[in-house]
Amino acid sequence: MSDLRELYQEVILDHGRKPRNFGPLPEANRHADGHNPLCGDQLRVHLQVENGVVKALHFEGVGCAISTASASLMTQALTGKPEAEARQLYDEFHELVAGDGTSGEHLGKLVVFGGVREYPSRVKCATLAWHTLQAALEDDGREVTTE
Amino acid sequence: MNTALQADATGAATGLDADRLRADFPILAQEVHGKPLVYLDNGASTQKPNAVIDAVGDFYARDYANIHRGVHTLSERATAAFEGARDRVQRFLNAADRHEIVFTRGTTEAVNLVAASFGGQRIGAGDEIILTGMEHHSNIVPWQLLAERVGAQIRVVPLFDDGSLDLEAYAALFGPRTRLVAVVHVSNALGTVNPVAEMIATAHAHGVPVLVDGAQAVAHARVDVQALDCDFYAFSAHKIYGPSGIGALYGRRELLEAMPPWQGGGDMIRTVAFEGSTWADPPYRFEAGTPHIAGAVGLVAALDYVDGIGLDAIAAHEHDLLAYGTALLEQVPGLRLIGTAADKAAILSFVIDGVHAHDIGTVLDFEGVAVRAGHHCAMPVMTRYGVPATARASLGLYNTRADIDALVRALQRVTEMFG
Repeated sequence: MSDLRELYQEVILDHGRKPRNFGPLPEANRHADGHNPLCGDQLRVHLQVENGVVKALHFEGVGCAISTASASLMTQALTGKPEAEARQLYDEFHELVAGDGTSGEHLGKLVVFGGVREYPSRVKCATLAWHTLQAALEDDGREVTTE
Repeated sequence: MNTALQADATGAATGLDADRLRADFPILAQEVHGKPLVYLDNGASTQKPNAVIDAVGDFYARDYANIHRGVHTLSERATAAFEGARDRVQRFLNAADRHEIVFTRGTTEAVNLVAASFGGQRIGAGDEIILTGMEHHSNIVPWQLLAERVGAQIRVVPLFDDGSLDLEAYAALFGPRTRLVAVVHVSNALGTVNPVAEMIATAHAHGVPVLVDGAQAVAHARVDVQALDCDFYAFSAHKIYGPSGIGALYGRRELLEAMPPWQGGGDMIRTVAFEGSTWADPPYRFEAGTPHIAGAVGLVAALDYVDGIGLDAIAAHEHDLLAYGTALLEQVPGLRLIGTAADKAAILSFVIDGVHAHDIGTVLDFEGVAVRAGHHCAMPVMTRYGVPATARASLGLYNTRADIDALVRALQRVTEMFG
């Protein structure tokens, strides 16, 4: 069980059960949909950006504990941050779960996803919200898939 | 649940000694995450007995060459082995004629063959194809591609909540433009065994031919294409303990003879000239290119292995496990079985309240238990039941009650972690 707890850390289980910033965001001015065809997970990200700052960030959808917790923690990490920092954090998160495992300096709580790197089939669960966020920042209206 | 767990962990008296048969499958004797491997993903692919592994290895070591037209000894041997495999498949399906067996890469390619060749010739604008709501994507998408190309319509037989087909609705779908029925024999997502003989009789009463997707059926029950009276029957070797990359299409002879080629290349021609070419007779007309020759040899070994045990004994053993597993899973808190039809084979598909199937799959893997988690290439089934995905334990001849007990124990870990 100890190995399993490295993947499913308490913070991940908690946010998987009780996602924060979950639901619609009427003030949002950018949206994007994400889809993981491997497992059927669907995610929608609502973003309110004002003067280059992420004023609010919500998400909706169904997913596994890892994808839900990842989306939930992402919304907390980015609320109030400048757009440029959101992109920086995206890069750091990607490096953590899909790259060489380097733990970037801005990650904070997000380091709990470090264990996902050992499970190639689950990396897409952790990154779906972040890919969708990228699309919302661009707001090009295309659905993002993990494929 | 505990009473049942303790009552009998040794297997039932079905005349099949799964514990002994396990020794024929070297891959099963390993640990995963420090736990003995419990392989319950047979619906996706089955493991291979030594008889198959050795047959393929020996063929490459002694007899391999390209088939047909070679005048040298190895080519003669390889051709005899490949054509012998055709005879073996004919016998396995009880087809009337060896020329009714076309080798393909698997079930998917077989369906695509029929859609492209038969469908391209016989199905046109305004015509209708009947599918069921429980088809695998490989028995939906080839028909959609055809329908989009020619302007045909797809009609879908609805499912009852238990995962059985609404046969009255099925009968009502036939009309003057119905050209084909394509139906799965055993559902990979639900385990439902469809009454294909009855469905074929209904279709034939309307003069409509039927393709049966037998991918999930052949390893679990005896199939007799003449008794079923089906027009096409498709299966894959890798789901019946044989190699991946080879399968077969049974096609009624007069249908195959009237069908045009679907892929061009070597082996499928009679004569080639730039002014025009002529086609070989079936089955060669549909076998362009060098096939998976060693795969056919492995398929023979697999069919010999399965017939050596007896499909009736395998079916009885798996039904015992299915009943045992169903009773235990129904007692897991929050667990709901998806697919509870009266006639089921080898599949336990389920969801657990508040836990995503992928999390179930990962936790089970840590306990050494291999199941599949996802939509099982049957997204319309997931939509029908309002779930994004299910976890699926699918049984094979080497599974035991101890495997089911291990699954249930591992599910207790899932409940502890996510409950």
